[in-house]
Amino acid sequence: MVYRYSEIVKKYFKHPKNVGKIKNADAIATEGSVLCGDMMTMYLKIRNNKIVDAKFESFGCAANIATASMLTEVVKGMNVDEAEKIEWKDVVKKLGGLPPIKYHCSVLAIQTLRSAIRKWKEKQKKVSS
Amino acid sequence: MKVYLDNCRSAKVEEEVVKAMIPYFTKSYGVPSSLHSLALEADEAIEKAKRSIALPINASYENIIFASGVTEANNLAIKGVAYANRNRGKHIITTRIERPSVLDSCRALEREGFKVDYLKVNNEGFININELEELIKNDTILVSIQHVNHVVGTIQAIKEIGKLIKEKNESIIFHVDATDAYLKVPIDVKKCNIDVLTIPSNLIHGPQGIAALFINENVKIKPLLHGFVSLSETRPGHENVPAIVGFGRAAEIGFAIFDDAVNKVKRLSKKLMKDIEDTFKDVVFLIGPRRRRSPFNVNYCFKYVEGEALTLQLDMMGVYVSTGSACASRELKVNYVLLELGVRPEDAHGSISFCLSRYNNEEEMDYVVRCLKRAYKNLIKISMFKDRVRI
Repeated sequence: MVYRYSEIVKKYFKHPKNVGKIKNADAIATEGSVLCGDMMTMYLKIRNNKIVDAKFESFGCAANIATASMLTEVVKGMNVDEAEKIEWKDVVKKLGGLPPIKYHCSVLAIQTLRSAIRKWKEKQKKVSS
Repeated sequence: MKVYLDNCRSAKVEEEVVKAMIPYFTKSYGVPSSLHSLALEADEAIEKAKRSIALPINASYENIIFASGVTEANNLAIKGVAYANRNRGKHIITTRIERPSVLDSCRALEREGFKVDYLKVNNEGFININELEELIKNDTILVSIQHVNHVVGTIQAIKEIGKLIKEKNESIIFHVDATDAYLKVPIDVKKCNIDVLTIPSNLIHGPQGIAALFINENVKIKPLLHGFVSLSETRPGHENVPAIVGFGRAAEIGFAIFDDAVNKVKRLSKKLMKDIEDTFKDVVFLIGPRRRRSPFNVNYCFKYVEGEALTLQLDMMGVYVSTGSACASRELKVNYVLLELGVRPEDAHGSISFCLSRYNNEEEMDYVVRCLKRAYKNLIKISMFKDRVRI
């Protein structure tokens, strides 16, 4: 199967940003599975409802690595509610497009981010109650 | 440096082959169905090509026909035999790791009322000959087994299989897909009791768009295409003369240097395998057998990274390989051959197939291993499994 990645995807795949763990992260989520061939973990540092740092780890293809890398850049400095609303299509657009067969890999990155924020929100609720 | 290691899918066309083809585009562009001199030249060129393709495998050149590629040749071999022999029975036996053109032809026949048994293979890709024996019935009309597997290079015991089939029932037609065997391992259609053999062109450094079927005299095959009959009733249509000439020349060159080429590739794949295993140790494992394996095929699982990403990293360094990862397939499924060999899906996602040719050299193998190490390190840095890896 032939598909072509955009130059932006290739750039982010070759030199991914924000790779690794965040020590004492406020939110962590892992989505996907090794069985499916795409799995990623996202770490967030949150201060006053604002994402101040974001990192990721991935056992995934180029599309997943590039999307996660772009996403961690985008969400830094964002309010959590705002970050939760990011759609995979927005990130794909910023990446200069993805082959349709690879959309699900970018969806996984968004799912992981949302899952991390959801977990953080639940934790906040518990703390305040 | 650019290193092409995807020779199981398509290979470089030998320059001598291109030279041989050119006159048949620009000077001798007749087809053999006419009566003039150009037609005669085409007819003679086709006969010469058939001889070059058939004689080294102990086949008669009159029993060669041409198709547009391996996919068509396999379709014709499976469906053509089934349709022409359905009055004798509707049972077919094949294996679970054939090329898709064989498997999908069998599945299509099942929808038309044929019964197909798909033989399991062990974790090295070998069938169990006793299981084959048990499956052969009175109404079995066709057994189709590939000589060399296209993904893991397993060489089936074709001679023993052919002998068994004919001992059980002489009228069963034995088809062998030799796409990954022709000019890679010795083939003798008579000694192996082969009735129908699929022969590739583009994998032996001939042109794309052409393949051959050897069909023994007594085998009935129903044509799948209908139209003008030129040289073959089984496969109507005008011959692709330049491609046939190129195919023949590729076979001629290939057989002239057969031993040297195979020995060279044996040396190279042995070196590649040793260097990969020395470098990656416990994060890598070979898929398929160590013995009775085509030296042109090397296939490893690289644990904890994903194969599409690894393939792309290598591509950026000028190394061209393929992966069995789901992420690189149209159906988003792991390669079925790997699963049939019992490779776990999580490992299969990291599989890389290195298919060599006689054009590769030692320096390239060194470069490939250096690139692999760099590519793997780039990806493992991103992976959540990096703590498990020390290379």
